[in-house]
Amino acid sequence: MAEISKEQVKHVAHLARLALSEDEVEKMTKQLGDIIDYAELLNELDTDNVEPTTHTLDLKNVMRKDEPRKWINKEDALKNAPDQQAGQFRVPSILE
Amino acid sequence: MNFETIIGLEVHVELKTDSKIFSPSFNGFGAEPNENTNPIDLGYPGVLPVLNEEAVNFAMKAAMALNCDIATNTKFDRKNYFYPDNPKAYQISQFDQPIGENGWIEIEVDGKKKRIGITRLHMEEDAGKLTHNDDGYSLVDFNRQGTPLVEIVSEPDLRSPEEAYAYLEKLKNIIQYTGVSDCKMEEGSLRCDANISLRPIGQEEFGVKTELKNLNSFSFVQKGLEFEEKRQQKELLAGGEILQETRRYDEQTKETILMRVKEGSDDYRYFPEPDLVPLYIDEAWKERVRAEIPELPDARKQRYINELSLPAYDAMVLTSTKEMSDFFEATIDQGADVKQASNWLMGEVSAYMNKNQKELHDLALTPDALAKMIQLIEDGTISSKIAKKVFAELVEKGGNPEKIVKDKGLVQISDEGQLKEIITGILDQNEQSIIDYKNGKDKALGFLVGQVMKQTKGQANPPMVNKILLEEMDKR
Repeated sequence: MAEISKEQVKHVAHLARLALSEDEVEKMTKQLGDIIDYAELLNELDTDNVEPTTHTLDLKNVMRKDEPRKWINKEDALKNAPDQQAGQFRVPSILE
Repeated sequence: MNFETIIGLEVHVELKTDSKIFSPSFNGFGAEPNENTNPIDLGYPGVLPVLNEEAVNFAMKAAMALNCDIATNTKFDRKNYFYPDNPKAYQISQFDQPIGENGWIEIEVDGKKKRIGITRLHMEEDAGKLTHNDDGYSLVDFNRQGTPLVEIVSEPDLRSPEEAYAYLEKLKNIIQYTGVSDCKMEEGSLRCDANISLRPIGQEEFGVKTELKNLNSFSFVQKGLEFEEKRQQKELLAGGEILQETRRYDEQTKETILMRVKEGSDDYRYFPEPDLVPLYIDEAWKERVRAEIPELPDARKQRYINELSLPAYDAMVLTSTKEMSDFFEATIDQGADVKQASNWLMGEVSAYMNKNQKELHDLALTPDALAKMIQLIEDGTISSKIAKKVFAELVEKGGNPEKIVKDKGLVQISDEGQLKEIITGILDQNEQSIIDYKNGKDKALGFLVGQVMKQTKGQANPPMVNKILLEEMDKR
């Protein structure tokens, strides 16, 4: 059984801005623990002589030239905005 | 108890590529809000970032100019946070494999040189710009979202606010020389956060630090740190403790004000960016970029001293910005005398810029015109005094110095016969001054020279006026 605590679940939920009920916390603690248990199966592999990778694709240096291209205009940019003002997105203030 | 101040700086510099780091939107300051955006910048579902090669070249150039080791294997990571300036809810940054590490720059304070370490330089994308209204809402402009940035983190090697200022000046200067950024604090293309802590002298471990944000100029960085240094000292001497907190500098009250107390370290849950493949920078690529780095300020300064025989002070002032240094070099390339060009740039030109709050590129003066004007002084066509009139015209309206001199009738009077005639007339009218001079009153000579200048509207050749005056008085 993986060691994951209710406190960790609550912490991650807070970071993801999710409001979980106590029942849900209970449920998630079990489920997340199971997921981590499953991932831990990988620990059975001997990776001593394997270089760590950060990506699943065997690709590197995929880049584009520095050429600007107009794609959409500002009206398009704002088209799906729930609220706007003076050509800008309007959102509730969150002061740090 | 005496304390030692420990300062470390984090500087963000926007790279002036033509397009953004992960999307083909235009990258530039001053467009209408949200004009330079596209679905990638706006974080629409399903879009994919593609890395701008030039942004990597620029970041590498900056890192090399700051004496960093360049990573061979590097990559991007996701930094997760929720804030309305960031539509994806994560910023693409670099975590454990920054493109540059272990750099340094040399600063000079009170004639003492000191090397300041640079921990790391990493690439990341800038966020959008928020304007907070007082109605409880904020407006978001995403033009800046995706602008390529480098974050440059110094070692905690700075020991005073003055050193912090010198570090920023030097950093800005070097980066401007590389041409990868304008480093304009007023446009946000250079931004700085400062960490400061105090420790009793002799103590090894660092004290608790506070972080200063919202520092809008280098001098506010220095002033904010000076205030914070005193505040912490007072607190510690009174037996209090410093809390790890973020403070901002208030330009009106000249104080630092608490923004928030940091509880534990931030939890950004970095992980490798799955939408971007790793970067492998081989030696050939590194060398290609290295070859493009121009002569940097310290090297230029040395060359001015060694090859152009300029005094160290001149060399320092002239290389303090790339613009000034380039202007100087263009002026001497046009044949101007080296010391004269230096004197004019450090003197009249700088004075004009300071007085009018202008930069060199705002002036109508060109290196070519300055060189021509200096030539006119050198060959005796105009006096240095008249040159100031010509300069006033050149700096405001530009034009050809020779034409200005001709049109305004400013040519210096160096004709001995003509000067003799003028001087004879003046001596006839000022008999008393001749007597005074002969009685040892040197001031009388000055008065007579002044009279000659007045009559010739300043155009008489000053050394000749002196010489003829003395000769003519001797005869009387």
